[in-house]
Amino acid sequence: MGGKPDVFPEKLSEWKIYKGNLSLLQPAKGLIPYALNTPLFSDYAEKLRFIRLPEGSSINYSAPGVLEFPEGTLLVKNFYYSADNRKPGINKNIIETRLLVKNNSGWKALTYIWNDEQTEAFLEIAGDEKMVSFINKEGIKQDIRYVIPNQNQCKGCHNSNDQLMPIGPSVSQLNGDYHYSTGTMNQLVYWKQQGVLHNLPEKTAIPRTAVWNDPSSGSLNDRARAYLAINCSHCHRREGPAQTSGLFLTESETNSTVLGINKTPVAAGKGSGGRMVDILPGNAYESIIWYRMQSHAPGERMPELGRTSVHEEGLALIKEWIDKMKSID
Amino acid sequence: MKYSFDKINNLISNLSIAAIIIFLLFPLTNYAQKDFQKKYQTQMILAETGTIIELPEGSFSLTNTLSLEGKKKITIRGKGMDKTILSFKNQTDGAEGIRVSDGSEILLEGFTVQDAKGDAIKTMHVTGISFHDVKVEWTGAPGPENGGYGLYPVQCESVLIDHCVAIGASDAGIYVGQSKDIRVTNSKAYHNVAGIEIENSLRAEVYNNEAVENTGGILVFDLPDLIQKKGGQVKVYNNSIHDNNYENFAPKGNIVAAVPSGTGLMILATKEVEVYNNRISNNQSAGTAIISYFTTGKPIKDKNYDPFPSAISIHDNIYVRKTGLPVGKDPLSFIIGKKFGEEVPNILFDGIRNPQLLDTQGKWVLGQCISILNNKGQSIANLDAEHGFKNMVRADDSLNCNN
Repeated sequence: MGGKPDVFPEKLSEWKIYKGNLSLLQPAKGLIPYALNTPLFSDYAEKLRFIRLPEGSSINYSAPGVLEFPEGTLLVKNFYYSADNRKPGINKNIIETRLLVKNNSGWKALTYIWNDEQTEAFLEIAGDEKMVSFINKEGIKQDIRYVIPNQNQCKGCHNSNDQLMPIGPSVSQLNGDYHYSTGTMNQLVYWKQQGVLHNLPEKTAIPRTAVWNDPSSGSLNDRARAYLAINCSHCHRREGPAQTSGLFLTESETNSTVLGINKTPVAAGKGSGGRMVDILPGNAYESIIWYRMQSHAPGERMPELGRTSVHEEGLALIKEWIDKMKSID
Repeated sequence: MKYSFDKINNLISNLSIAAIIIFLLFPLTNYAQKDFQKKYQTQMILAETGTIIELPEGSFSLTNTLSLEGKKKITIRGKGMDKTILSFKNQTDGAEGIRVSDGSEILLEGFTVQDAKGDAIKTMHVTGISFHDVKVEWTGAPGPENGGYGLYPVQCESVLIDHCVAIGASDAGIYVGQSKDIRVTNSKAYHNVAGIEIENSLRAEVYNNEAVENTGGILVFDLPDLIQKKGGQVKVYNNSIHDNNYENFAPKGNIVAAVPSGTGLMILATKEVEVYNNRISNNQSAGTAIISYFTTGKPIKDKNYDPFPSAISIHDNIYVRKTGLPVGKDPLSFIIGKKFGEEVPNILFDGIRNPQLLDTQGKWVLGQCISILNNKGQSIANLDAEHGFKNMVRADDSLNCNN
């Protein structure tokens, strides 16, 4: 706490994670692209993720929870908008690239903001905001005020017992197919083949997070819980910054009150929207979770950070889940 | 020189003064305000142990939370609560005005936080957090659109709130939750739903404060389903708690939305609370209320939660009340008004006692009773909440036990 800050490169290019033209995001040798089954919603930004382990090191299989990565691991996440979401990857506007670096004192979060020319990205600790517009999946132009978090806000979410931590890369989130340049393959199997993941058990013994918008991947309950887990439980769990609320939304939570069912709020303030409980089974409209997901207002909207727009499709999923929930006592 | 001066003169004659002002000043102001946010946020991120971050005199508009994280021995110091104003009226991001987390020995002093969209100043997981000469306020008429908490230390240790002011919070002006070793002193809270609230906290002293014209002046609460439970060892003394008759404007769903307008001091389910040498006057529904969680009507599912108040001592206070019906619009005020009319007793006990703390004769075991002794203007009602308020009675001599 309060020691000399580490010195990191001012420019993204200095990390040498891409080859050739920086804006093409072509990974250099040693970077493996990956995706999560159900990712965090970030104002409709698309994300391209990579992992790089130090030469010769590897990860041991562990579940549940985020994998234990060796010192020197680099996690890369690019946030960008395709000009037309119906043609993803074409005419990308890259906004920021976030790095999580594990060194001998733990994880560090770094944010590089891209210039308008898309030729370089620069380290920024105090955050920023940008207006972005794109054509959405329905073919309608959408404008979003995209907020780039400051360094403290990174830890607002990436936080376990006050230590900075990755959120996404758990075995169950990685247990899905990825379209590699060499072909499509299960990510965990690929990692094993590449020698970066050891002790992978039988396929049937590996947990798998449902894909929130793919009904073939899990039941409505599984998909809603996966969505709440990745979008909320980085704060809303016993080790997280929202532990004061007593509302915990991890995938493994089984206590119905703790999950919000008929639970009165603690410090919601106007975020309650005049509703009495976090989840009223059978009635999303009267549930605080629904209210806070559909709100734009700072001080009401949830998650607190990472969105200024409403995730209509995610909201629809949670609404259906609550509306179809049978009341329990 | 002459040439350019003429040019400017021409320009002025061609444009209206107002247009120039808009053209020149607005972008500059916006730039300056954004600059302020970035400058101080950067300082807070880079601050090394022992740093004093000085805020200048003036009024500054911020659009996002200012946050301090993982720091030790940091002071954020303005030029005085009426000289350095941080306005969050135009806030677009962040759930609080200022947020301090995971730190130790943090001092906030000499500034005002105005109109935050959520909570004004939240501090979490800080050991040694002090607020001195800090004002938190929501301007304009109090309403449910105001933020929830003013000064909001939660899960902190060694909390000091001294010479602070809190105005207009739609939950609690000064709120200390799930914390340990707390002093709230020399402070003033008004036009909040709850003036000062100590919740699920251990070892708190609340003294020399003024809680006035809130819905409820001072609340000492213990609630279920939280990480830190079993709050207690709270002393409330030498405070002036008066005219807390403000209409309850808390958004529904929040526990304070159930506090009757006209409440001076309320003790809910907390253990070991001593209240003395206070002047508790003209709180027209309940000068002091001592209640169990059952009386809130909310279900209890937390098996580790103790819903009963016990070991309460209320002595040597001065009670004053104007003749008149209770002002609250809630069911409890209604029932009390119906029973007692314009002469409502100053101290209301819901009558629900923890059966595990009673002996075979139904008397409190030693040290656990609700003791009300030696107060000036003392009058007591037993509400008999357990039996649906059926046998509500004046019981002025019923709680003269010693702890």
